[in-house]
Amino acid sequence: MPYVVTDLCAGCRYTECVSVCPVECFHIDDTMTYIDPENCIDCGGCVPACPVGAIKAAHKLPPDKVEWVETNRRRAAETPVVTSRLPPLPGADERKRAIIRR
Amino acid sequence: MTPKASSSRRVAGRYRVAIIGGGPSGFYAAEALLRSGQSVDVDMFERLPVPYGLVRFGVAPDHPRLKQVARVFDRIAEMPGFRFFGGVEIGTALSISALRSCYNALVFATGAPVNRLLEVPGEGLPGSFQAGDFVAWYNGHPDFRHCQFDLSAEQAVIIGHGNVALDVARILAKTADELRHTDIAAHALDALSVSRVRRIYLVGRRGPDQTRFTAKELQEFAELADCDPVVELDGFSELSSSAGLDTEADAALATLREFSTRPVSQRRRCVFLFGLLPLGIEGEGRVQRMVLSQCRRNVQANPSRIRTIDCGLVFSSIGRRAAPIGGIPYDEAKGIHANIGGRLAADGRVLHGLYVCGWSKRGPQGTIGTNRACSVETVENVLADLSRLDEPLRHPDTLFRGKSVPRYIDYPAWGRIDAEEIARGRPNGKPREKFVVPDEMFAVGNGGVVCRA
Repeated sequence: MPYVVTDLCAGCRYTECVSVCPVECFHIDDTMTYIDPENCIDCGGCVPACPVGAIKAAHKLPPDKVEWVETNRRRAAETPVVTSRLPPLPGADERKRAIIRR
Repeated sequence: MTPKASSSRRVAGRYRVAIIGGGPSGFYAAEALLRSGQSVDVDMFERLPVPYGLVRFGVAPDHPRLKQVARVFDRIAEMPGFRFFGGVEIGTALSISALRSCYNALVFATGAPVNRLLEVPGEGLPGSFQAGDFVAWYNGHPDFRHCQFDLSAEQAVIIGHGNVALDVARILAKTADELRHTDIAAHALDALSVSRVRRIYLVGRRGPDQTRFTAKELQEFAELADCDPVVELDGFSELSSSAGLDTEADAALATLREFSTRPVSQRRRCVFLFGLLPLGIEGEGRVQRMVLSQCRRNVQANPSRIRTIDCGLVFSSIGRRAAPIGGIPYDEAKGIHANIGGRLAADGRVLHGLYVCGWSKRGPQGTIGTNRACSVETVENVLADLSRLDEPLRHPDTLFRGKSVPRYIDYPAWGRIDAEEIARGRPNGKPREKFVVPDEMFAVGNGGVVCRA
């Protein structure tokens, strides 16, 4: 039961998840991060760390997000590992406020 | 034979950092130092012969996936500049001042091994235990291998609503068959196989919306072979979420809500109780009942509303604190080593060359990876200070030339112990059968590294 980054991640790049991942299983592209399901040890530490709540347990995804299980697997294989926190994208804080208000 | 590393002389101009403690935060500190691009060598000192700290002795045996993080620690141990000294206790075998004379900086990653006490009458009765001791015992911690847990009582009470309490409850609730193929210590499996514990009460002071449970760990109680979770509200009329709830507590509450309507059919039960303050443990010569007082948030115990639970076992699981170390500042209130961003500090004044990370820095909270961010913060400060720190007077290898450290386990010796544990677990279908006696560990590790006396 690995954890999965959903499309809610796209647009802020806080990468708090990366700093608390014990096994460095986060990958990244220009849009968002992805969890490598082969390396993830299911600790769940990244879930509360994400400021916008983009990370979910695979078995708890709503039906319209289930596709992200496969997307994480595929994109993690195609993208580099990210090992430390990156500066957030411009507009990240406004986006976060909008998501939390929702 | 002399320590292996003494044959390879250190290049002058390299910084030397000692990490005290071989658990997750220690390894992550080592990683951050060795990845920094600065010329740093790291020596890790671990009191026990074997590495991994709470990943080996804290993470429950039925959580094997979490233990896979050890592979990351092994990779860190392979980084150039890293050395491991297992079975070397700082403060006894080697003094802190001896260590300081050999390193530019010391990083304490010594965890939070001291159980907080309930401080109620009867806590010393036979049958009353610290949850942390039970965890260490079933995980084969050498210091706890002689502990005796009499599991002949049918009812057990666990005080505390955190994940350690859940671990204790789950291990008590599982059948021997559910534990047989884990790396649980053989002595613990034997004792649990004849356990008569049927009802396990998990008692918390606060309400169902204020537990420290992780939803994921709570959820496991819905999947036990012979035990049902029961949520007894008893006054907490509804499982409503209060405003300002963080998502983790919210998710735990949702799981408790689910439990409260579940049908019950199994022989064993885990009963979750809320709003109860421990008043005392009673019994003639041993634990016979737990006395609790009903309370509400921030309201003093009302002695007129007493609840007693008959039980033969009490486990206290209300938190842990760092162990005070002579000469190292300690924050009594927080139970941590006093620090500013990982720099040890006495009365707000930073101490030169002394650092702390992990649970001894911030208290016992977070997941394994929380320690990574924590150690990275500490190491950023170490790196910022390095050029201003005192040059060591002596080479670290001089530490092993006296009689104080007759032997130690290095990483290759640990590799032999690891392989042997895995091999001897195989016939029983266990991922490993841990060695629990330090002398056996040294024997299997071919004596470890024997120092010149």
